[in-house]
Parts: sequence; C-alpha cells; structure tokens
Amino acid sequence: MIKKVEITPENDKFLNKVNELSGQVVTLCEQCGTCSGGCPLVAEMDITPSQWMRLVQLGLKEVLDYKAVWVCASCFTCTVRCPRKIDVSKVAEALRQIILRKAIDYIDLKAIPKEELACLPQIALVSACRKFTG
Amino acid sequence: MKIGVYVCHCGGNISEVVDIKKLTASAEQQSEVAVVRDNAHMCSDVGRNLVLEDIKKHKLDRIVVAACSPQFHGKTFMDIVEKAGLSPYVFEMANIREQCSWPHFNEPDLATKKAKDLVSVALAKARLDESLSRKTMPIGKRVLVVGAGIAGIQAALDLGDAGFEVYLVEKEATIGGKMAQLSRTFPTEDCAACILSPKMADVPANPNITLFTNSEIEKVSGFLGNFEVIINKKPTYVNDQCVACGVCEEKCPVKIPNEFEQGLTNRRAIYVPFEFAVPYRYLIDESNCIYLKKGKCGNCKKVCPHDAVDFDQKAEKVELKVDTIIVATGYDIFDAKEKKVYGFGTNKNVITSLAMERMIVHEAEGRATREIGKRVAFIQCVGSRDEQIGNEYCSRICCMYATKLSQLLKRADPKKDVYVFYTDLRAFGKGFEEYYKRAQKTGVKFIRGRVAEVNEDSKTGRVTIKAEDTLARQIIESEFDLVVLSVGMTPGAGTRQAAEVLRMTKSPGGFLQEAHPKFKPVDTLNDGVFICGCAQGPKDIPDTVAQASAAASRAIRLMNKGVYAVEPITAVVDEDLCSGCGTCVSVCPYEAVKTEIKDDKRVAKVNEMLCQGCGSCSAACPSGASQQHWFMNKQLKAMVGAALGEEEK
Repeated sequence: MIKKVEITPENDKFLNKVNELSGQVVTLCEQCGTCSGGCPLVAEMDITPSQWMRLVQLGLKEVLDYKAVWVCASCFTCTVRCPRKIDVSKVAEALRQIILRKAIDYIDLKAIPKEELACLPQIALVSACRKFTG
Repeated sequence: MKIGVYVCHCGGNISEVVDIKKLTASAEQQSEVAVVRDNAHMCSDVGRNLVLEDIKKHKLDRIVVAACSPQFHGKTFMDIVEKAGLSPYVFEMANIREQCSWPHFNEPDLATKKAKDLVSVALAKARLDESLSRKTMPIGKRVLVVGAGIAGIQAALDLGDAGFEVYLVEKEATIGGKMAQLSRTFPTEDCAACILSPKMADVPANPNITLFTNSEIEKVSGFLGNFEVIINKKPTYVNDQCVACGVCEEKCPVKIPNEFEQGLTNRRAIYVPFEFAVPYRYLIDESNCIYLKKGKCGNCKKVCPHDAVDFDQKAEKVELKVDTIIVATGYDIFDAKEKKVYGFGTNKNVITSLAMERMIVHEAEGRATREIGKRVAFIQCVGSRDEQIGNEYCSRICCMYATKLSQLLKRADPKKDVYVFYTDLRAFGKGFEEYYKRAQKTGVKFIRGRVAEVNEDSKTGRVTIKAEDTLARQIIESEFDLVVLSVGMTPGAGTRQAAEVLRMTKSPGGFLQEAHPKFKPVDTLNDGVFICGCAQGPKDIPDTVAQASAAASRAIRLMNKGVYAVEPITAVVDEDLCSGCGTCVSVCPYEAVKTEIKDDKRVAKVNEMLCQGCGSCSAACPSGASQQHWFMNKQLKAMVGAALGEEEK
C-alpha cells in the first residue's frame, strides 16, 4: 500500500528541531546516496541513511518509526564521505535523542527481581529501557 | 552652482514604495538645487532628453539622478551629461531602488526617508565634484593570446582574420589543447580531430598570427595599449629543417608512456605529440633523453638525414609589445588519485574518462590498446560537487561526455552492459536532453546514486562498485570489468601561472574571475586583459568557442578606433603632504605608484595609465597625501555629514 503524506509548513517544525539538535542543515543533503552506499550496517537497516535524511527534509515524523538509526554504529563513514560535508551521524543521533526524550520506558525496573537485577549487565539494562525502539 | 535632480519611478519598482512627491519636495529644499523632476522611466529616451534639455535650458552644472544602481544605468546618464557638454563626472547617482524600494518594500515611510537621505548624500558629493575629463591614448593592433587550445585558436583566428597582429603562445609542443584528445563531441558526435585539425592548420596559414609553441609567458608589465611581454621559448632540440620523416624515432632506445594517449601506448624520447600536431615536427623530451641526461647515445642525430637534431639548442627569451591580452589557458582534468575510495592509480581496471576517449579512438581505428570488457560502469562527479576534496562547483561537461562515451560503447557492441552512476543528470544545452534520451534508448542504464566505494578482488582484478540507487532505494553491489571515472575540471597549472604572471583575480573555484558575471563575462578587472574558455570556468566546446569569439570582439572594440578613453578616476598625490614613505607603492596591485626624487624630496608618483582607481593607496596613506579623484576626502566627509543629517556648511 502506498501511503499518502501531507507536506505543509507545519512539517518544518520537525525539520528545524532536527537541524537544531544535530547542528546540521539537513536540507543541504542532495540525496546522492554516498552515505548509504558506504554504510557497513545498511544491510541490517529498514531504511537507508539517505532515506532518513530525506524524510527529515520533508519533516515527516514517521522517520521515528524506523529502527535504522538504532542500527547505526556511529562509525562516521558517512560523515567523512558526504560530498556536502553534512555530519550524517549527528543527524542519526538527533533522531535518537528525540525518541529518548519522550522518556518511554519499555521495561519496568521495579518488576525485575533484585537477584536478577544484580547479575544483569547495567549498560544493556539501561539500553533496553529506552533505546530499543521508538 | 545649479544642480538638477531627477527622480525615477522605475515603472512602479520605486514609486510603489517610495513617496515620490515627498522625495521631490525634500530635494527642492536643498541648497543650489535649480530643477527637480520625476519620470516613469528616467532611462528611457524621454527621460534622457529631459536631462539633456534641462542642462542646456537652465545651464545646470551638476546632475543627480535618483534611480537604480549606478552599475546598471550609471553609464547611460554619464553619456547624456557628456553629450550636453559637461564633464561626465559632475554626475551622481542615488540608488533608491536596490537600496530603498526593494529591500524596504514593507516599510514605505522609512524607505522614503532613506531615499531622501541618499539624495542628500549624492547632492553633498555632487557639490564638490570636479570637472574631470576622460583622456584618450593611442592604441595599436597587437594582441597576445595565451594558450592555444580551441579557445585560444578561435580567438587568434578571429583576430587574425580581422587584420590584427596576433602572438599565440602555447606551453605544449603543439596547439590543439584538450580537444585534440577527444573521440567525438556531444551531442552531434562530430569526430573531434576532424573538426579541430582544419582549425589548427589555419593557424600557421594565417599571415597575421605568429605562433610560439613550447613557450611560456614569463613576465608581463605595462598596461592597456602598452603591455611588455617576455616569452620563454624552451628548446625542442630539433630545428626547422625537420621534415618529420620519423627515422630518428625508430632508432631512439627510450620507451616511456605517451601522455597524449593517457599512458595507453608508449612513445620515444624524440617524438611528434600526435598525428595532426601543429607544428608537425619532432622534439626531444629532455627529461627522458639519454644524450641530454648522460651525454651518451645521440642515435637520432646520427641518423637524421636533414641534420635537424641540435643538442645545443638553448632556451630563448622573446620580448614583445602588445596592446591587449587574451588568456585562454584552459583546464586540467581532476587528479583522480585524490579520490582514494575509487582506487585510481592502484587498480588498472579503474581509468579516467580521458583514457576512455583515447581507447574509443583506437578501437574505432582498429588498433585497440586494451580490452574494454563486457561490463562497464561510469562514475560521475569525480572531483566535482565534492566538498571533501574541496571542489564545490559542477564541471558541467561530465554528464554529457559520459552520456556520449556510454552510448558509443553500447552502439559499437550492443552486448555490453553499460551503466552510468550519477548524482544529478544535467542535460541543459541545446540538443543535450535529446542526446540523453538517445543514450537511454540505446540501452545505457542510468542509475541515480553517487558511488560510495570501488573495491578490487585481489585475485581476479575485477572491481566491485557499491552505491545506493536512490530512486529504487536499493543498495547495489556489483562487479564490473572496467570502471570509468568521469573526472571534472580544475584550473590547470597554465591558468594558475597566468593568474600569477598577469596578477588576475580568481573566483572561489580557482578559475579566473570575470569583470561582471552577466554583462562583462569575458572582461577582467585588468583593463585590456580578457579571458575565455575553461580558464574562466568549466564549459563545453560550443560555449568555449562562443566566449573566444566574444573575447576577440571585446579586444577589437578597444583597439579598432586607434585610440581609447582612460577613466580619470585615479589616485592623486598631494606632494606637500607626501613623506615618500612608499606605503602606497607596496599596496598597489597594479604597480602604478613609484617614488621619485622631486626638488630634493622623495614623493610618490602615480602613473595614471596604470592606475585602476581601486583606492588601496588612499586607504593606506598614513598622511592623507594620497587621495582619489571623484572620491576626494572632502567629498567623502561631506557625504558622511549629509548621511548623519549635519547642516550644510
């Protein structure tokens, strides 16, 4: 099914938020695809890096529904290759931040028994709380 | 003093924002203003005649026009003032369009106030204008053309045909430039050699053209109508007895990659650059000749039946005097080794588009230099539109030459798989879109996506391309026999050298800067120096030829009358104030100021022919001795005073 989307000046709010958080001007992206072509993890992603750049340009919040930015390892290959010198990794980080700031917890820490909590790796636990999805 | 003030409506561009009535009323209040008028189009014939008649009828001696930018119509009104018998420099312009009505369209009251202020400022300056007059200087008909690619050849032929004395200087051993290396030319597919070689042959046949090949411009001094040029003519070690019989070449033991063939074939140390070179004569490459390096061998000299080899030839300096200069120094292709991810230089199956041009020429002539293979991929924008390697500009030709090369390959062998990976496909010229369509019809596959990397299989040598098809949103990872890098243009070594020798301004990409992008596209900020072809910026052959003819005609415009007018806006030194410190000499970009001893005192002296009126010396002068006509310190002070609303004194 092909989804219809609206493009209105309202969408700019989301674009401006990503620009502000990332410090990048996402509209400078010329959609050449260099970031996606060189991304070592693109095979694991549901959308390509250039696609999330495009969705942000159009101000479409549905970009937050994809898991690609969580697959991104921040290896900076895209950043060092972008012919427009856009820091694509920072844009991914901005998208992750927008999701994290919603402060939605996917695990109720109180429900985990103390004995189990003691042996769970802390970093994995914190990640599991908020990072996994959007 | 009687000043006339003329306010233009610009057909509503000004009058829809600025209150013309208030503006004219305010101008009428100003001292020494005798006439104030307004008109829908001051620049029209009616408007111009209004000024002309008023000057005569009211005996006006200063004119202020409040209209658009002086860049736009300054000259129009100066000509009218001059026609009325006044000095064109008793005229001032207040820009109430670009500086009032356009930027402040939503604040009409403030725009009107600003317009009033700008008119006051122009009046303050006009009151102190001197009656400067344009001087005329004699000028000859000698032109130096630097660079003999298609641009230089076209300019030289146009000038030679028009009866001007042309000196054409080329750093390579032959004329022809980059175009000589091409297979065919888009979009008509004329064979490049077939259309270029007759033009090349016309150069030595033209009695008005003196050709210097293997020569470089070492120094240029002087000014429009009086340039002094020193040419360094490098030795070729073969004199003009050579009939190009080729006996020497057979006996030369040296084999090195042929640069004209992009290294696809070898040449000897004694060689002719290519089969339709002009002049068609052998030369010795001194960096590879065994005799010139070690004093041994000399085979060529021994076998030459015409005694044409001369190892004692030395570099020669030729001094010339010319009136105008045309710079047509062209471009170099981008050095693809800089783009490391594509593996050029380390992988033999990754080549440049220029090498592909040569391969197609050889293949068409039935003497293929190497296997092209079944699967060929073109990578676009190599060295163009890439801020990572520092080139922001589009090279403008790569889309179309890839469209050409790809379909030539496909048409020669329809079984080939030919792909073009592009960022944006720009087919903007006449017949280009149709030519692109023809390539698509031929079966060339165009893929929208910039290639991220090229990897080599160390065993098979086959290359894999990785890219995103940004239209299908799929990642393509595919093997090819040959990868062609569509390399862009860079301002070549010749252009960089010309810029230095001629002290020319460069644009951000490093190409030479034109005087005005729209109205003076082949003029430069140096009077009498013109630019054309790829030295000015990337462009294709039709645009290059058009620009070369334009540069020739702009040069003819200056020289044809035998005299030319000199702007009187030059620096002027108050010798009483001048301490002879020489600060002005060091800041002058045109070498127009020198110090000299006058009445036992060292003072600065301005050469009014060389001075371009840039104002650098006036700004740098520590004692205020150096000033500039039409922008004298007292005028600038009066203008600032008027802008700040000070009472007139």
